[in-house]
Amino acid sequence: MAELAAHAHHDVNVAHQFDDAEQQKESVTVGMWAFLVNEVMFFGGLFGLYIVYRFLHPTAFQHASHHLDVTLGTFNTAVLIGSSLTMALAVHAAQMSHNRFRQIFWVMATVVLGSVFLGVKVYEYYHKWVDHLIPGPNFHWPDAGEAHAVQIFYSLYFAMTGLHALHMIIGVGIMAWLMWAMWKGRFGPAYHNPVEVCGLYWHFVDIVWIFLFPLLYLIGRH
Amino acid sequence: MSSAKSVAHEAEHASEHVVGIGMYLAIFVSLMVLTAITTAVAYVDLGALNNVVMLGIAVLKATLVVLFFMHVRFNSRLTQMFALCGFVWILLLFAFTVGDVATRGILR
Repeated sequence: MAELAAHAHHDVNVAHQFDDAEQQKESVTVGMWAFLVNEVMFFGGLFGLYIVYRFLHPTAFQHASHHLDVTLGTFNTAVLIGSSLTMALAVHAAQMSHNRFRQIFWVMATVVLGSVFLGVKVYEYYHKWVDHLIPGPNFHWPDAGEAHAVQIFYSLYFAMTGLHALHMIIGVGIMAWLMWAMWKGRFGPAYHNPVEVCGLYWHFVDIVWIFLFPLLYLIGRH
Repeated sequence: MSSAKSVAHEAEHASEHVVGIGMYLAIFVSLMVLTAITTAVAYVDLGALNNVVMLGIAVLKATLVVLFFMHVRFNSRLTQMFALCGFVWILLLFAFTVGDVATRGILR
């Protein structure tokens, strides 16, 4: 009888494998973190490579880093931190009300800032192309002695920022889905797990950049 | 659209910690200030300390994002353990890697 009654009151937002909304939220959060820990390892391999080559070629890495634009890098860091704020406010909007315009507004702001970041990245990549700094047959570096090590730095630069940018592009796709779900009126104070989980992904991508920025742009500036 | 009363009722049932907008803004401003500091310090010659300061600030920024933007500060112990595990294991990878490359040639 008790079971029947519980079933009758079953929350439409709770999938039937879960006892209640709280257990579902816990599972979703832990599951997302399990994925993010894998992502930490995924990027971690590249950071590990960076550590090895930085120790093997300290001066060449500093000289190579000088050709990155610190102003653009700092600007992009600020843009990405701003996008994390708007994402946090999107989660907050879903936690506080059913107002889908408010929810969509903050996700849209996140997409706009993410796109600005990617636009700046394209501009930077273009200039590396013009300056012959893309590893390969057209690579050119005035000091032939350290050209090899500089090429390693730029290989790492493109691999790391490229993988990061790919995550941003996927993130924008996820945000598009999120806005569609918000438009359908799916989220409010009682149920907003997908908003929260998409937010975790976006903040994670922000964290990767928090480390990429100083390691790539700021070494040997003094 | 639900009435304000039923929304408040729903929120009570959600039983989660809601981080206020004021807190988000404070974290955002802290992250911006730390970004400005790390860029400025990069132009000052502190020798090997440059790297320490740079990475220290990056770790601090990441910690703020994890604890507040990602709500780990208010999550269950299980979630906190998962989050911590990722970073502890990656630190182990880095520690042993540095232990290798930083000490090569010492015994030569």
